[in-house]
Amino acid sequence: MCGIAGLIHRGKSSKVGHELQGMLQALKHRGEDSTGYALYGDTDGKNFIMRFKVGENVGEGSTSVAEDVSVYDERKKIVDSYLSEMGAKIIKEDRILPYSLRYEIEYNKKDLLEFSQKIESIPGVEILSMGKSLEVIKDLGNAKMVCDRYNLDKLVGTHAIGHARMATESGVDIKSAHPFWGYPFSDVSVVHNGQLTNYWNNRRALENKGMRFMSECDSELIAVYLAEKMRDGASLEEGMKESLTGLDGVFTYFVATKDSLGMAKDTMAAKPLVLYESDELVAMGSEEIAIRSILPQEIDTYDPFDGEVKVWQI
Amino acid sequence: MANLKNVTKKTKAQAMGMHSEVLTGRTQQKFFNPDEAENFYYFGTYDVDFNKRTDLDVKDMTAADANKEIDNLMSQGYGTIVIKNPQGKHSIGVGILNKLNLIFEGSLGYFGIGSCDGPIVRINGRVGWSCAENLMAGKVVIEKNAGSCFGAAIRGGDLICKGSVGARTGIDMKGGTIIIGGDAGAFTGFMMQRGRIIILGNVGINLGDSMYDGTIFVGGEIGSYGSDAVDAELTKSDQDWLKRKLKVAEIGENFNVSKMKKIVAGKKLWNYDNLEPTEKKGAI
Repeated sequence: MCGIAGLIHRGKSSKVGHELQGMLQALKHRGEDSTGYALYGDTDGKNFIMRFKVGENVGEGSTSVAEDVSVYDERKKIVDSYLSEMGAKIIKEDRILPYSLRYEIEYNKKDLLEFSQKIESIPGVEILSMGKSLEVIKDLGNAKMVCDRYNLDKLVGTHAIGHARMATESGVDIKSAHPFWGYPFSDVSVVHNGQLTNYWNNRRALENKGMRFMSECDSELIAVYLAEKMRDGASLEEGMKESLTGLDGVFTYFVATKDSLGMAKDTMAAKPLVLYESDELVAMGSEEIAIRSILPQEIDTYDPFDGEVKVWQI
Repeated sequence: MANLKNVTKKTKAQAMGMHSEVLTGRTQQKFFNPDEAENFYYFGTYDVDFNKRTDLDVKDMTAADANKEIDNLMSQGYGTIVIKNPQGKHSIGVGILNKLNLIFEGSLGYFGIGSCDGPIVRINGRVGWSCAENLMAGKVVIEKNAGSCFGAAIRGGDLICKGSVGARTGIDMKGGTIIIGGDAGAFTGFMMQRGRIIILGNVGINLGDSMYDGTIFVGGEIGSYGSDAVDAELTKSDQDWLKRKLKVAEIGENFNVSKMKKIVAGKKLWNYDNLEPTEKKGAI
């Protein structure tokens, strides 16, 4: 059991970091092994923001092996040199935690595949997100702990999705935590609640087509699946509709891009989702209490039906 | 009670030497004497006065505390309790085993009104998954929408949602009536065993999948039929019952029930053979 939440403001910005923290904290009983945020902040859109990790959180409950901080430093140096080689200029650098970094990068090429492959060829290094608006922040612990650790409360933006995870099918670590970046597409992220039963078949097929997996978490398949559809020219909504038959199992998932937010529910409708929709705001979560954390007044909500796909624009 | 030991007609399975055990176990015992009714005590029930009314604000309460306070108020004889600010909390209003007017000014989360026997409940909001699960008797009215597994395993009472409901409404229900004013999701009536479901709007795929018995009435379009769910003739008696039920439920009073579809179990599933699959192979 995991919890997912998402919201999109239409026509305005808000403190989406704070709002999503409240929604995910309300769902912490669904899992607090790890929590992840995909926040779409207000930026000038000129530079890329790369969130990446050079190691794992090896704190209490982690399934990762402890490494010395000097190993992280060494990996960071290689990342910096590779960026320089590829003509990417670091405009701003934040090392939030020894293993977690945020770079603002000036990089003019549109294709991020070669870029990402080069960076991730460094053992132990993973790009959590790459985009001009998207920032994926994920770590062990519940929503408030992660929010406080990364100071997300003040982040202003238009939309966000997040995930409170109870680890069931892979380890308690950052690489298995949601959201997943829609590698190698800029500003695409995914969160999922459920189990995918044709994970390995799909993974093998997608890897044969050159797609990359960083974890053994079945949910990562959704991000890679959609990325592959979009690479072949499908729109986000078309890819999501195809996923209803392409993915087997039970699932409700959210996808976000630079300017949109979407949801899909499997044909068995086995995983919960409650939805609130108005002209100004769309908010959704695994349980109504997530929505109530930002809208305490009486509102009209509903459960989307089986096999339903919806996409909203900012 | 029928004397099962003296039943002479044998089923095919019994004729083959199967199911030959003599039924002398606990199910054949007599547990009570109807003449001693005055000695019965239904644990956890109270005599309440409907005219004695109070409000309860649960905004800062846990579900457990809210339920304890409802119980406490009933023990003081309050027969009409208005719950303020439920704000989507889970598992509120559960385990009420006596008559009570319970009114929620707002929405409930999961498992609201679970395992109740007798109360009349009105929810001026929405309910999450598994509302009124295992309802034995009483009436529950939801003014807005409901989540999945609405009325799961109910055995009696009337469960009314004026809006739309999610998937698996009436799953495993064993009695009672569920009435939906809007649309219903997939697998409505999944494995239902008794009772009736009325849906005025459209219904999703696999309607009545693997239903054992009971009846489903649908006013709108049907996504698809589930295994062993079949059409049946809508009789005059059915229409009269539907009109009366919709009127009492304060929902769709002017709905044209003559156009509704009636779905029942085809009773062709293997479990109606009285034989286990392995036995069935031997009998063929």
